[in-house]
Amino acid sequence: MAEYWLIGLSFLLLVGCSDANSSAPSVLRLAVTTSTRDSGVLDQIIPEFERRHQARVDVIAVGTGAALKLGMTGDVDAVLVHSREAEKEFVQAGHGSRREDVMYNAFVLLGPSQDLASIRGLDPIQAFQQIAKHEAPFLSRGDESGTHIRELQLWTDGGGRPEWDGYQQSGQGMGASLIMADEMQAYLLCDQGTFLKLEDRVDLEVLVAGADILRNPYGVLVVDPDRHESVNETLAEMFVDYLVSDETQAIIRDYRVNGEPLFFPRQRMKTVDE
Amino acid sequence: MDLIWDGVREAVQLLIRGDAAVYDAAMRSLWISSLAVLLAAVTALPCGMLLGRCRFRGRRALLLLCRIGMSFPTVFVGLVCFALFSRRGPLGDLQWLYTPWVIVCGEFLLAFPIIASLSQGAIRSLDPRVGETAWTLGAGLGRRLMTYVSEARVGIMLAILTAFSRCITELGIAMMVGGNLSGRTRTLATATALETGQGDFGRGVAMSLILLVVAAIVTLMIITLSREDEDTEW
Repeated sequence: MAEYWLIGLSFLLLVGCSDANSSAPSVLRLAVTTSTRDSGVLDQIIPEFERRHQARVDVIAVGTGAALKLGMTGDVDAVLVHSREAEKEFVQAGHGSRREDVMYNAFVLLGPSQDLASIRGLDPIQAFQQIAKHEAPFLSRGDESGTHIRELQLWTDGGGRPEWDGYQQSGQGMGASLIMADEMQAYLLCDQGTFLKLEDRVDLEVLVAGADILRNPYGVLVVDPDRHESVNETLAEMFVDYLVSDETQAIIRDYRVNGEPLFFPRQRMKTVDE
Repeated sequence: MDLIWDGVREAVQLLIRGDAAVYDAAMRSLWISSLAVLLAAVTALPCGMLLGRCRFRGRRALLLLCRIGMSFPTVFVGLVCFALFSRRGPLGDLQWLYTPWVIVCGEFLLAFPIIASLSQGAIRSLDPRVGETAWTLGAGLGRRLMTYVSEARVGIMLAILTAFSRCITELGIAMMVGGNLSGRTRTLATATALETGQGDFGRGVAMSLILLVVAAIVTLMIITLSREDEDTEW
C-alpha cells in the first residue's frame, strides 16, 4: 500500500502548488514550464542567486503558452521555456529585450516493456507511425506545451497522424501525464528530466532516444521593460547573466538525477547546432 | 478587468456558436455530478434521518465523521480514489481510472457527508410531534420517514444543492483520477484549468462563466421543483 501512497503523493506535488508573487522590494518573477520546475535544477541554481543579490525569485510554473503570455502582459520579469520558435517570435514581436540559450536536454519516447508496436530502437518518426499502425495506446499532452509541439512535429514529419481510439490527450503537465501513461500503459513522449525523476515509480521504459530531432533546448527571455513599467529589468538581466555564467553552467552540467546528467550546458549546444 | 470582459464576450460567442468542445465538457460535468449527487442522496438521506431521529451507540462518532467529511479537500478524495483504482491498487482490475465512473465515485464521497450532515440537521430541527402525529394517524415506519422528508424538504433541498454545487465545480478529483482526457473525461472545471495553463485566459474565463451558468440553471431547477407551495422559503 505504501507504494500507492507514494505515487499519489508525488502526483499531488506535481499537480499542486505554484507561487503567487508579492511586492517585496527585490523580487524577480520568473515564469517557467512545469517540466523545468519538476526537474529540480532550479533549486540548485536559484538559492545562490538570491543570496548573492539579496533578492527573492518567485517561480511561477505553468505551461509554455501561459509562461509566454505572462511575459507578454508584464506579469513576470523573465521567462524560461523550451520552445525555440515561440521564443524567437516573442522577441521579434517586441515582447522580449534579450534571449539566451541556457541548456538543453532531450525527449525520450517511453512505452511499456512489452512494446506491442515493436518500436524499440527505431527512428522517432518511424516509431510514431508504427504506434499509429498498431493502434497502440498513446498519451499526448495536448496542451500546446513545448513537448506537445514537438510531438505534433514528429507526426507531421512522418506524414501526419491517423485517428485512432488509443490516442488520447491529457491536457496536463509532464509529471501528471507520465503517471497517467504508466497507469494506462501507453506510449508517451516525455522529457528526460521528468522521466528520470519518476523512473522508479513507473513501469515504462525508454524505447527511443538519442536522435537529433529529440533534442530539447531551453532559452531564457528578459521581458521588455519599455512595454511594462512593472518589469524589474535590472534583476532580470542579472539573472540571465548568472544563468549563462561559467559557474552556473558548471552546476547545470554536474546536476545529476538518479546518477544521470539531466541537462547539457549551452556551450555544447553551440557545437552540436553547427 | 479587460480579461473578464473578453471572457464574457468569448463565453457568449462559444454558447451561441454551440462550440462542440464546450458543449461536450458541459454535458459531461452535468451528468457526472448529477449521477454522483443522486447516488449520494439515495444513500445519505436515510443516514441523515437515522442520525437525526434515532439514538444508538456510535451515533456521535458517525455524526462527527460526517461533519469532518463535509470539508474533505478534493485532492485528498482524489488521492484516495487514485490509490484505490490505480493499476496497482485494490480495485485496479476494474480499469476505472481515467473514466467518468471514477469521477462519479470521488464526487459521491464528496457529496455523501454533505447530504448526510445537512439533512440530519434539517430533520433534527423538526418538531418531534411530527413523527408522533403521523404515528397516531396510523402511519407505518416508511410513511413516518416520508413525513419527515416532506416536512424538512427545504433543508434537504439545500443539502442536495450544496452537494451538487460542490461536485460540479470540483477540480481536484476530475483532474487527478479523471485525467482530463479530451472527449472522455474532460469536465468544465478541468477544461478551464487547461485553457488557463495554455495561457488562453479569455477562453478560461469563458469556460468558468459557462460553468457558473450551468450550476445556476440546475440550482434554479431544483428550487423550482421542490417548491410545491408558495410559502417555501429559500
